[in-house]
Amino acid sequence: MELAIVKYNAGNIQSVLYALERIGTTATVTDDHAVLQRADKVIFPGVGEASSAMRYLREKGLDALLINLEQPVLGICLGMQLMCAWSEENDTRCLGIFNEPVKLFRPADRTIKVPQIGWNTISSLRSPLFANVPENSYCYFVHSYYAAMGEQTIGITDYVQPYSSALQTKNFYGVQFHPEKSAKVGEQILKNFIAL
Amino acid sequence: MLTKRIIPCLDIKDGRTVKGTNFVDLRDAGDPVELGRLYAEQGADELVFLDITATVERRKTLSELVNRISHQINIPFTVGGGISSVEDVRLLLQNGADKISVNTAAFKRPDLLKELEKDFGSQCVVLAIDTRQEADGEWYVYLNGGRTPTGKKCMEWAEEAVALGAGEILLTSMNHDGTKKGFAIDITRRLADKLSIPVIASGGGGTMQHFVDVFEQGHADAALAASIFHFKEIGIPDLKEYLHQKGIRVRL
Repeated sequence: MELAIVKYNAGNIQSVLYALERIGTTATVTDDHAVLQRADKVIFPGVGEASSAMRYLREKGLDALLINLEQPVLGICLGMQLMCAWSEENDTRCLGIFNEPVKLFRPADRTIKVPQIGWNTISSLRSPLFANVPENSYCYFVHSYYAAMGEQTIGITDYVQPYSSALQTKNFYGVQFHPEKSAKVGEQILKNFIAL
Repeated sequence: MLTKRIIPCLDIKDGRTVKGTNFVDLRDAGDPVELGRLYAEQGADELVFLDITATVERRKTLSELVNRISHQINIPFTVGGGISSVEDVRLLLQNGADKISVNTAAFKRPDLLKELEKDFGSQCVVLAIDTRQEADGEWYVYLNGGRTPTGKKCMEWAEEAVALGAGEILLTSMNHDGTKKGFAIDITRRLADKLSIPVIASGGGGTMQHFVDVFEQGHADAALAASIFHFKEIGIPDLKEYLHQKGIRVRL
């Protein structure tokens, strides 16, 4: 099986590669269109800022490539947000694979910090991506923007308000948390994606 | 709900842990990767590796160590100690560090925070502040591992740092560090209530109740400790169970 990780101008890509190695899988980090297209599965990770990431993807023609992929695709953190229709982060039009908009956390209570950094639960899990993952498992999050709830929501987390911590439509999956840093639970989710 | 985080800190010199440990079950307790992995398995929420190597080889040994850590540990980790440039940080992040912490270099050249935020995002920029309460009751910033006074107030520096792009504050009270008499509740709470970013409290944790206090009264988002974990005075699973019993949200 060939697994490809999308290489672009975002951080944290190596961590995903290392996490895959820990569970006994190898992957290619690449922006080569042919390699991405023929891969059995594609992971689209990333930590960073939405508008500069989208600009880079467009320059490299990766935007059109990603939306047309037919194999399972997993967006992680910024990757998932970029798969949504729009992000409030610098008013950025994104890939539009998911319908849900991405908005900034605006807590009324000043003791709630933005970004959310740390471990929070995922619930209302409904996807093969979460096979053998118990309800209310803890995952590691680092983010200031969140995807709203919608019909593509396959996992919910509560911070400021309930939001989509996982999305799915057809072959496209997205998680807001970092499975590559979410201990055993994260490893199970990566294994599930590989097994799709 | 987001949980409070428990963070063991490992001091590193020439790629090895500095302080001894009581972990007889480890093959090599001096190996930061082995110890880190044990803590991760026990339920630590994050790890901090603080490098105190002073040799010319330090960049290379540290980046090699970070690479080994990131290959073997499945929770987030921060690397700190003597980091002073964007290039230092790039090398560590490329080798798999999730966050880096800066201290003296950022104080001396605050634009470093801005540069790091711009290149890597504030989520990976931890500002470490060593602070001491002086006779006038105020908390001041100290540099070089707490040896050099600056005369600048801790709150002032923390607020500037947030504006410049720090993503978290790691606050160590020099008055409390090593005493095992409890964390600095007063300054931790003042920062945690005032700042829009998470505050990690460090220094003074000696009993499980001290952790309850720093979360409940100090409003800390996370608490860091070293020797009490290394010498098994407090086990991480016991600590988390205790916090849970006391009604504090932790990842069990």
